Order: sequence, then structure tokens, then C-alpha cells
Amino acid sequence: MDAASEGDRGGLRMENIIEIKGLVKRFGDKTAVDGLDLSVRKGELFGFLGPNGAGKTTTLRCVSTLTGFDSGSIVVAGFDLLKNPAEAKSRMGVIQQQVSLDKDLTIRENMISHAMYHDIGKAERNKRIKELSDFFGLEEYLDKPVDSLSGGWKKRAAIVCTMLHHPEVLFLDEPTSGLDINARRLLWDVIKNLNDDGTTIILTTHYIEEAEALCDRVGIIDKGKIIALDDPQSLCERVGKVAVECHSGGKTDYRYFKSREEANTYASSLEGDVSIRATNLEDVFVEMTGKSVGGQK
Amino acid sequence: MSNLLTETYHVAWGDLMFFKHNFWNILVMSVMSPLLYLIAFGYGLRSGQTDIGVSYVAFVIPGIAALSSLSSSFSSTATRMNVQRLYYRSFDEMMMCPLSLPAIVLGKSVLGLLRGMLSCFLIYFLGLFLAPELVLSPLVIICILLACMVFSMLGMMAALLAKSHQSMATLNSLLILPMTFLCGTFFSVSSLNPVFQAILYCMPLTHASEIIRASALPDYLDFPWMSLVVLVAFGIAFFAIDLYLLKTRKV
Repeated sequence: MDAASEGDRGGLRMENIIEIKGLVKRFGDKTAVDGLDLSVRKGELFGFLGPNGAGKTTTLRCVSTLTGFDSGSIVVAGFDLLKNPAEAKSRMGVIQQQVSLDKDLTIRENMISHAMYHDIGKAERNKRIKELSDFFGLEEYLDKPVDSLSGGWKKRAAIVCTMLHHPEVLFLDEPTSGLDINARRLLWDVIKNLNDDGTTIILTTHYIEEAEALCDRVGIIDKGKIIALDDPQSLCERVGKVAVECHSGGKTDYRYFKSREEANTYASSLEGDVSIRATNLEDVFVEMTGKSVGGQK
Repeated sequence: MSNLLTETYHVAWGDLMFFKHNFWNILVMSVMSPLLYLIAFGYGLRSGQTDIGVSYVAFVIPGIAALSSLSSSFSSTATRMNVQRLYYRSFDEMMMCPLSLPAIVLGKSVLGLLRGMLSCFLIYFLGLFLAPELVLSPLVIICILLACMVFSMLGMMAALLAKSHQSMATLNSLLILPMTFLCGTFFSVSSLNPVFQAILYCMPLTHASEIIRASALPDYLDFPWMSLVVLVAFGIAFFAIDLYLLKTRKV
């Protein structure tokens, strides 16, 4: 990096790789992102959890430069997105919700094309393609057309394309959406491995188990605002780490308690089908928003 | 400058691979419609001398080359970009990379430029055998190249504005198809009444037809330098609009 670029990063608090302040994005009369503030630490695996239409994908599209925003500021790896978009872009990689490979090209050609967009020389790109393809088990598919691969393998190929330029931060928009459970778990391993190798990862999801399994911290987003932000365990403790479910009269009531003993005492006073379990992020979401993560009341 | 050219090549590389994979298909498609126009209009409907003193075939071949520059360059760039933008989403991937916007406009115009040149020169080389009045000079090559580049950037503009595949089809029917037939490709614009002439001279294809025809028939027509300037101006305008559309769709 040249001296000028290094100087541009002067304002970066290095522990934060993403700093979003007062982000607002409107579509006509609708405010999709409403004054959102967020900092993500370097090396973190951060998850945006929220229902459809909550603003998580729009936030990701703003941060990844795919759409503009009405006000606020976004700093990626020390570079302001409005002042130094090219510097910011060269330090990030984005996997969109829909696999966005060029289906008229082979997997290898897609990778070469991505490497060229980042001005990676021929020797270096061939080395990176080989390394990453070996790592992701893609070597036998490299010269095949995109559509000959299943959804999970296409996602892997898309990740390889995005990782070719060593991004410091990787954005994944609903990475396992539409994948079967085996492909989903394989992709979880891939995401964990990338994070273990030092890549900061920010993902959006509406799968509770995904956020719980992967994320160091979770931001629950609703109506364009972050309404809760912490690690999954702390979020559960906020509402009470033990949940009591009581099915009676065709509906289910939920109560949350700080300890098992309190939950047991309450449960013993109930009639109907009662169960006691650990609180999960869905409980947190419902308690905080009055909605399920799928969006229904 | 060399950086811009390198980036332009990097942007165009995927489209060049697409061109390579589909070369024979593209070749057949490129020659089919100009050939049909030549048969239908050059031989089927008209014959004899034109008022500039050349055979109608010699008159119409540069016009068909001009319309090929429009239809091939425009549709190649517009269709592929439309698919990449709306269906594959691979255009978004490119927009998230640290590429300069001029390199993206120029790079995404290369496919249309190549395909338009292929189409124009196939019909033009055939024309050289059919009409001895036609010449092949550097000016002809420059005029065809300019027309293909201008229409390729117009195709990019259409693809960036299109909200769906249907809106592309509508644009084709309302703008491209009328231009194809009316803008001095099959008849001289000067034979029309002044109102029509004024309207047609607002269209880039009219100027493309005039410069390609005049450069192809230098012994019969004076070269319309003003049309060359106007076509260059259209090119600059399309380039600027493409830049604006790319800039305003994102940060």
C-alpha cells in the first residue's frame, strides 16, 4: 500500500473493520434503513438476523457499494466508501444471495475474470485459483459450465471468486438460502474455516440456527434499525436463558426465566402441555419485536 | 492511459471468452440478416441505376453495413449486459470491484464492437464482389468502427435503463427497428420532404449511413464531414450517459 493510501486510513480504529454511522436508505416513501449505527471488529464473524424486509440485505448492499445511500457514512478497512470507493472495494468481497456467476463461462473463466477485475497477474491468479480450488474441493469442476454444478458447489465457486484478491472482510448475503441441510452444513464449515484464517465475515440470515452456530455477535434488525446487538448467549440471557412453553387451548404461551429453578416453579403451576428448554435467538427476536423471524406475528 | 486500456481489457475478457465459445453461432447470426436484406432489397425489390450514378446494389450495401453496425453492435451489447445484470447478476459482481467507470463502459462495449465489425465486414466484403464501384479504404474501416462503437455504447445505455427483458423488446420496436429502415439505409434521406429529413438527421444511424456510403463510394459522393462530427458527438454523449447511469446506480 502506498503512503497516501496509508495516510487515508489514518482515522481507522484498527479494531473495527467496518464502521457505519447514521446510515439511511430510502426507496421512495419507504425507509429501508433508518439511521443504522454499527461497528464490526476485525476478525469477527458477525451476523445480521431479521425477518424479510427488515433492511439487512439493503444494509449489505449499501456497504458493498451495490446501492447508494441517502445519508450517513460507511468506513470499510479504514476507507470511507464515498471518498475512497476503489480502496474500500479492493479490501472486501461480497457473496450475493443469488449465485452471481456468469453462466456463459466455465467456473475457471469466472475465476480468471474476477482475478482480472482485481488486476491480479497471471502467475499469481493461477496460483490462487489452484490453492483455493484445492481448499474447496473444486478442482474437478473448474472447466465445467456453471450450470453443471449443484447449488452448494456454485456457492463454493462464488466464494473462491470472491476470495481471490485476499479480501479483509467478506460479506455473505443469506449464504445458505435454498441449500439442502448437507450443503448448508458444509458451507458453515467453509465459513468457519475462512474466519479461522483471519477473514472478517459479515453475514445476513434468517436462519436462527445459522446465527447461533456461526456468529460471534448478532445484530437483530427490524424496520431498518438494530434493536439488539450482542453475542448470542448474552442476547438470550437478556430475556432469560430458560424458556417455558405452555400449549393450551390451541395456542402457545412463552415465559422466560433467569434460572432453571424459577422455570420449574412456574411450569409446575401450569396445566396443559408444558416444556422447558434453553432460550434461543428466535425467542429473543419475538420478545423484542413481537414477530417471528419469518415475519409473522 | 495504459491503465485504462488494461482495465478495459480486464472488463472485456469475459465477453471475449463468450465470443470465442460462440464464434460459429455468432458468425452465422451476423451474416444472416444482412444477407437477407441484400437479397430482398438489393435484388428482389430494386434494380438499375440510382441518381448518384451507381447501381442500387452498390448504393444499398453500405446502407446494409450501417444497419448491421446498429443491429449487431446494439443487440450484442444490450442483450448480454441485460442478461448479466438482470439474470446472472454477474454485472453486480463486476461493479463491486475496483474498476474505473470509463473502463467499464469501454470494456462492456467491446463485444458489440467486435460483433458489429464482423457483421459489417462480412457483408461489405461480399459487396466488393457484387458491386465494383465500392472501395475498401482506411476511411471505410474507420467509419464502420466508429458506427459500431457508437451503437455498442447505445446498447449499453439501453441495458442500463431496462427494467426487464420486455422493456428491451419495447425499445427495439420503438427505436431500433424504425431507425433500421428509415435512416438512409435503403434510400437516400435527401429524397424525403424537409420535415422527415430533419427528424431523420436527429438519428445517429442516418449519419452512420451517410459516412459509410460516402467513404465506400468516394468517386460518386462527397464525404459528409459534418455527419462524421455529429456521429462522434453521439458517441461522446452515449459514453457520458453510460458513465452517469453507472455512477448514479451505486456509490
